[in-house]
Amino acid sequence: MAITDAPKIVTARLGYEDSHTLERYLATGGYEGLRKALGMTPEAVAAEVDAASLLGRGGAGFPAGRKWSMLRQNPLTYLVVNGDESEPATFKDHLLIERDPHQILEGVLISAYALQVSQAFIYLRGEFALGLERLQSALNDAYAHGAAGADIFGSGFSLDVVVHPGAGAYICGEETALLESLEGKRGFPRIKPPFFPAAIGLYGEPTVVNNVETMANIPWIVQHGGAAFAALGEGRSTGTRLFALAGHVRKPGNYELEMVKTTFRDLIYAPVLGGGIRGSNTLKAFIPGGVSAPWFGPDQVDLPLGQDEVGNAGSMLGSGSVVVMDSATCMVRAAWRITKFFSRESCGQCTPCREGSGWLERIMYRIEHGAGREEDLDLLMDLCDNISPGVAWPPQQTTICVLGPSIPSSIASGIRMFRDEFLVHVKEGGCPFD
Amino acid sequence: MTHLNGDIRQRALDLVTLYPEPRSALIPLCHLAQEQDGWLHPEAIEEIAELCGVTAAEVRGTATFYDMLYTEPVGTYVVAVCTNIACMLDGALELLEHAEGALGVRAGGTTPDGVFTLHEAECLADCDQTPCVQVNHRYVGAQTPESFDRLLADLRSGALAETVPSHGTLVRVKRSVGLVADRGTIVAERAAAAEAQAARAAASSGGGGSG
Repeated sequence: MAITDAPKIVTARLGYEDSHTLERYLATGGYEGLRKALGMTPEAVAAEVDAASLLGRGGAGFPAGRKWSMLRQNPLTYLVVNGDESEPATFKDHLLIERDPHQILEGVLISAYALQVSQAFIYLRGEFALGLERLQSALNDAYAHGAAGADIFGSGFSLDVVVHPGAGAYICGEETALLESLEGKRGFPRIKPPFFPAAIGLYGEPTVVNNVETMANIPWIVQHGGAAFAALGEGRSTGTRLFALAGHVRKPGNYELEMVKTTFRDLIYAPVLGGGIRGSNTLKAFIPGGVSAPWFGPDQVDLPLGQDEVGNAGSMLGSGSVVVMDSATCMVRAAWRITKFFSRESCGQCTPCREGSGWLERIMYRIEHGAGREEDLDLLMDLCDNISPGVAWPPQQTTICVLGPSIPSSIASGIRMFRDEFLVHVKEGGCPFD
Repeated sequence: MTHLNGDIRQRALDLVTLYPEPRSALIPLCHLAQEQDGWLHPEAIEEIAELCGVTAAEVRGTATFYDMLYTEPVGTYVVAVCTNIACMLDGALELLEHAEGALGVRAGGTTPDGVFTLHEAECLADCDQTPCVQVNHRYVGAQTPESFDRLLADLRSGALAETVPSHGTLVRVKRSVGLVADRGTIVAERAAAAEAQAARAAASSGGGGSG
């Protein structure tokens, strides 16, 4: 079977120029899943999602059905959708928000019905100005169409949905920081326990937080059944997933692929996908799941695109972003830039993250710029160990949220895989790639 | 006399009603205030505090956490050059250096005429269009040093006024309706649904449970 034969679940409509409009959405089966769901019992809808074994598409990969089942019974509950996509080199939610906002809304409405929540909020990254406009237009149209608001499609089920803009902070992609932000506060992650959103979430009420791409899968699952979704992929990684391919490939972009049945080699080299490394260079390393993930070398390129497969190999599929770096890439510079990102985006609550990220960034900067010392390599690893003891994968956590233990990934990968390159920087007093 | 003027003030009042707690409107209201002034004027901060039921210090505390909210004036066009990993791999650091030269300011600075503020941005989630640049949070496509100079010229001449509104105007699409399902209706609807669900569960387990 060709790698592109699997059904397109979340990108089916994107070939149309007007894929974001209600007219196109309705002409391509839009809101039929919602109508079907409203004719079922809420628990039957939830059972389909559970049967699909849909893993959350935000980064942690927690099964959506299980997350839903953990929602504490309460007179008031909320559904909050995480559209704060900020993990570097991840741009799949951006695509879905701008190009198929109704699909997300339909997923939200179905999920809200299954969960019987009081209100739904879609938190979009503030920098997505066009996305905010597209989603708000879609929501306005959905209200006018009777798909949102009071007595949806005459079913007796009512729900208000609010599109909420963020204001620029990576940490707000962390679900409890997002809730703080949605409450009008600084994006400080909450400590868990006790603040698991399913128990104590928005305004202290039980809350489900799901990613945008997770929501986009729901209409198809309701239409075709959870079993049909679970039949795609393999093991725990069911269905398809949208992979954001970036870096030194001929054709960077978003590709929806069946999980596990496709490998990193397919994604990077297949002519219909990444099309191979740019120019005449070769693959040096790649980051398999966002910059929080440890790096892989060319020897791991045949790993399947599956959550456990990548996890067992010492990294993670994470946010669905794959960054390809070719033979002309300076790995010190790459690790430095990623570390600088974490240093800028640390919320500042926890000492290991706040101080550690800044120290690491400055040491990396001096190595890249020719002022490094040989003992800096041990110093870097020691600092990484202070942030995440053992510098292993999955990482140990000394901080409130997972931003902290994500920091060492790039530096530790760089030193372990390209130690000689770090040493050349030190010995030559500068970057050999300059 | 309010600081937020007619239409903006009305939209602010409408926004507050969308949330179970008015405080949640704080960030959307900051965006609105920036739409009026381009930045967060101290009087706007006072007014947002009043509308959200918090203190001005709390508004300032929140606002200073976020990259997109400004407690000091910025240029008409905030030009953000991403230098994060995907863009860096495609020449973004060189593009930023060029931008600094072209505008005569370092990243973070505003040109003396108040037209441009330059930012070194973190990933803007458009990583197949590298190096990625946004102006006032609108994507302007992958840029080279040459195209960047044309971009500046087009912004100065007003040729891009349609696609890039002046700084602060985040969205030009307004919500068309307020909340249509009131809190009382929702709570009653959900309670009835929960009762029905419990009855179904009891029936399927032989009807012996207490529900």
